[in-house]
Amino acid sequence: MRRISVTVNGERHEAEVEPRQLLVYFLREELGLTGTVVGCDTSSCGSCTVLLGGESVKSCTLLAVQADGADITTIEGLARDGELHPVQQAFHEEHGLQCGFCTPGMVLATVSLLAESPSPSDGEIRLALEGNLCRCTGYQNIVKAVKAAAV
Amino acid sequence: MAVSEDRVVRGIGHSVKRFEDGRFIRGRGNYVDDIVLPRMLHLEFLRSPLAHARIRSIDTSAAEAVPGVVAVVTGELLAQHSLAWMPTLSGDTQAVLATDKVRFQGQEVAAVIAESAYVAKDATELIDVDYEPLPPVTSPQQALAEGAPVIRDDKEGKDSNHIYSWEAGDAAATEQAFAEADQVVELETFYPRCHPAPLECCGCVADVDPATGKATIYMTSQAPHAHRTLFALVAGLPEHKIRIVSPDIGGGFGNKVPIYPGYVVATAASLLLGQPVKWIEDRTGNLISTGFARDYHMRGELAVKDGRMTGLRVNMLSDNGAFFADAQPTRCKAGLFHIVTGSYDIPAAHVQTEGAYTNKAPGGVAYRCSFRVTEASYLIERLVQTAAYELGEDPVEFRRRNFVRPDQFPYKSATGFTYDSGDYEGALDLALEKLGYADLRREQAEARERGELIGIGVATFTEVVGAGHGAEYDIAGLRMNDGAELRIHPTGKAVLKLSVKSQGQGHETTFAQIVAEELGLQPEDVEVQEGDTDHTPYGLGTYASRSTPVSGAATSMVARKIRKKAQKIAAHLLEASEDDLEWSSGRFSVKGAPEKSTTIQDIAFAAYTNIPEGMEGGLEGVHYYDPPNMTYPFGAYAVVVEIDRGTGQWKVRKVVAVDDCGVRINPMIVEGQIMGGLTEGFAIAAMELIDFDEDGNCIGANLMDYLIPTSWETPAFDLGMTETPSPHHPLGAKGVGESATVGAPAAFVNAVVDALAHAGVRNLEMPVTPDKVWVALQEAGLGG
Ligand code: FES
Ligand code: FES
Repeated sequence: MRRISVTVNGERHEAEVEPRQLLVYFLREELGLTGTVVGCDTSSCGSCTVLLGGESVKSCTLLAVQADGADITTIEGLARDGELHPVQQAFHEEHGLQCGFCTPGMVLATVSLLAESPSPSDGEIRLALEGNLCRCTGYQNIVKAVKAAAV
Repeated sequence: MAVSEDRVVRGIGHSVKRFEDGRFIRGRGNYVDDIVLPRMLHLEFLRSPLAHARIRSIDTSAAEAVPGVVAVVTGELLAQHSLAWMPTLSGDTQAVLATDKVRFQGQEVAAVIAESAYVAKDATELIDVDYEPLPPVTSPQQALAEGAPVIRDDKEGKDSNHIYSWEAGDAAATEQAFAEADQVVELETFYPRCHPAPLECCGCVADVDPATGKATIYMTSQAPHAHRTLFALVAGLPEHKIRIVSPDIGGGFGNKVPIYPGYVVATAASLLLGQPVKWIEDRTGNLISTGFARDYHMRGELAVKDGRMTGLRVNMLSDNGAFFADAQPTRCKAGLFHIVTGSYDIPAAHVQTEGAYTNKAPGGVAYRCSFRVTEASYLIERLVQTAAYELGEDPVEFRRRNFVRPDQFPYKSATGFTYDSGDYEGALDLALEKLGYADLRREQAEARERGELIGIGVATFTEVVGAGHGAEYDIAGLRMNDGAELRIHPTGKAVLKLSVKSQGQGHETTFAQIVAEELGLQPEDVEVQEGDTDHTPYGLGTYASRSTPVSGAATSMVARKIRKKAQKIAAHLLEASEDDLEWSSGRFSVKGAPEKSTTIQDIAFAAYTNIPEGMEGGLEGVHYYDPPNMTYPFGAYAVVVEIDRGTGQWKVRKVVAVDDCGVRINPMIVEGQIMGGLTEGFAIAAMELIDFDEDGNCIGANLMDYLIPTSWETPAFDLGMTETPSPHHPLGAKGVGESATVGAPAAFVNAVVDALAHAGVRNLEMPVTPDKVWVALQEAGLGG
């Protein structure tokens, strides 16, 4: 077991973890933050996306021990004082989700994209989100949601 | 009670933003893997590395010795409880855990139950299985050849791999049509094996309470009630002691219709150990062992006389894998594949189908398609285009001349369907107009002069959904009827309980709007509950685009029952005769005296506080809907592609999709369904494939090999609509979830073939990958 200290959604956590535990399972099982989900075994789907120091990463590609000292935001930490983040609001308004399984990852990937590129074109959005699969929506409304959140 | 002000009730036709979104966008969905119970154990499978082998022995001792392992379950252990085999949805049997042989790569051989998933996974690697390899059978043609190894030697007296023969239509009349034809056009094509691959894999948490004997199974189920009944039949548990809870589901597309060994083993383990057991499938498990789709080898022949389609002959051979576990109505061995005459008025047709066992995963499901309609639609739409080329005619004009005309509805098809309503030409005209078809054909000709290749593909499909009439359609003996239960609380808020189960379709919004339309409540005043068999009425679930056609109708009907009672209460409140009342948008008023009125909210309150003498209290009801007929959504899709002659890459320039699904309840949700379906249709046409090598190794068992389109590959869609109501559905709705997956693959493939058609190319097999196009370009002398 290894001792780590991480800040998640503004709260500091000290924990003993198995060195091989993936960050996504640490978040889900140790911290109960089940908004971050798992959709594959090959780092292909992006449903486990979180923000690490503000940048999007797939939390199934990191070990929990690698996140020692990191500052992480999960989907649960995005709304502030009950107010939805503009990206969350835009996904709702533009019908950018159906089953919702990809949504936390999509929303966080979008937050990260807009931090880098505040008003991306359709093509830039489609390229930037290509690490996040959605099986339900066909992406068109996701692109619309990203644009709506950007303005 | 305050009388509410006049307002617009946001019922049918309103794009109400979805109520279910709130929890999903906050990460507060409740998917099966989010469920954690006290003392819960974890299950992991050991899967077969071989496609076909006899099991000589299984040694579990090393796995059992791992700290944290609670039990190792083998087929032999299950056999002691008569649970080693289970019935399938097609009346066959399927191994829960292999006992005698393994019959496909990835088959479940043993299960480790441990205190954590990591430990369980470790321990599976310590199970020692001694296999005696057997020759694998990897195609249905090979399976049916003389001397092929018999896969299902577990079945008493079974000496071949043949599963079923099934036919529809009139063979003699079809012969006659071919004998009299001017021309006969053929197409042989293969709709390859693909996989629904919802983003959430399958899983369950089984919790059998040793004190009460009650089994609560949280599982990824598109059909919780049917599954409960099947569980009762498989495990011999009394049905009222089984509660299936289907929580939020991360996409289904048919993949979550069958019963899988994971559910059964987890339940058996929980029963034996007295602790909850969680099974969460990984992606490889999902792709390698659960409900695949398609795998139909098809041959179609079209007889044409004077430019009219006069006969259709279809032969189909299906690859069903090691167990015949297709999810489909009992009497239809190839699902609704016999809808293969599509949108065309073909007086004679005959469909002959055969199925074969192979050493591949079982569980043929309809990946976002109503029981094999997709294969049928693909075949006819590809065949019609081929025929048009052979006749030297524009594929669009050939279609137009042969459509079932609006005045022919209800139309009886040559294979026995009665189409409810349609205007195929209307949808086609709109699609062509949006596309700019005539200009594009000119541009295509000019481009060819310059040596550039553009293709225009069209598909004008007809679907058949909303199964179905109880006398004709059942799943494992259960009539395909669904219930809706509606209760109006005293303060005018309602709860609607349904037998179906959303996997992303937005039922919590759409069905609330149906109640809103019928009773004049606002949709946000209606809570929709689904998925818990202890608390919802019986029914067969959500697949085959049946929720709106069947449960939507049930919802309307139950709301109308309630409105009848509300009218009696209103008469009492207004001191008027029932017959003197008229209804409009949530209010009864006295005819000719509109100031004398009462709202549905006032009536609801009265139902619990002030009812006429002799009336039963409360304001609630239940209705089980038996659809009088199927519904027949249709549409016209058109795709434009550009081909790179040097590489064979094809790029989608434009996609136009005109859908007619009858009355649209929530247009925003309907369009969302269509775009999702178009994407999956594109995926199948372009990239998705579950393939096997000659040893039966599955190629495509993870998301690096099984290619799901990303936002980058997926084209933009231009949608259009026409509206031809279903005459027999109470709301005129037809269902839409799968239309786009049914229509789209042929449109994309037709477009790529069209680009090469002038050089004689007639067919390309899906997935139409650049290498296949490149070869076709070379062969046709079009290589760049
Ligand atoms: S779970 Fe698929 S990328 Fe992390
Ligand atoms: S909404 Fe279902 S996977 Fe994206």
